[in-house]
Amino acid sequence: MSVSVQQADFDVGAEIAALSQGRPEVGAVASFVGLVRDVSAGAEVAAMTLEHYPGMTERSLEDIVGEARRRWQLDGVRVIHRYGRLEPGDRIVFVGVAGAHRGEAFAACEFVMDYLKTRAPFWKLEETPEGAHWVDARDSDDSAAARWDTESEPRPGD
Amino acid sequence: MNIKILYFASLRDTVGRAEESFVLPSGVATVGDLRAFLAERGDKWDALAEGRNVRAARNQRMANPTDPVGPGDEIAFFPPVTGG
Repeated sequence: MSVSVQQADFDVGAEIAALSQGRPEVGAVASFVGLVRDVSAGAEVAAMTLEHYPGMTERSLEDIVGEARRRWQLDGVRVIHRYGRLEPGDRIVFVGVAGAHRGEAFAACEFVMDYLKTRAPFWKLEETPEGAHWVDARDSDDSAAARWDTESEPRPGD
Repeated sequence: MNIKILYFASLRDTVGRAEESFVLPSGVATVGDLRAFLAERGDKWDALAEGRNVRAARNQRMANPTDPVGPGDEIAFFPPVTGG
């Protein structure tokens, strides 16, 4: 099970350990954890609610993992994304990638996050002192994802 | 020629519904056609008008305006995603 969409929190240490469990060929595990911040665009954030598109969410994450595995030689990929109501400091997302060397692990981990940001159907509703409002997508997320389109060859696992 | 249409996040709030069953009118052959047809409902449906920042999915995969729409399809419209 490489992809999970869930309300529950996850154990970062256990997820990282599982990526190399029983795989002596793994020489590198890179991971990313996204957290809820208490401030957004200058406004105080008390909580946020993550909405998603059940069915498409899992499928899009699986497609992204598949694309990462096509681009790099990887031994394992794990993506967990939470939905529902979350408060500042709560974990939102986990991406872990295992490979032989750090090059492909770092690159694939960043790739999965960049693609997830623009392709996985999640939407954030923030609660601020001025009321609840939907978070706008950022152009910088599009450009972060687009740079992977222009890199014709995967970076070598150096 | 029935399809299911879903709306998410701010777009759902604006149009006031999460989903609807929809009979495809003749002349509506693509995702872009469908979006334009819905925008013609006027008033709050202007949120789907050309130039508005709306994304679409066909059968749970990101879709382009030129993608075909057929019987039994599940078409979703939503704002650009903000997960992660």
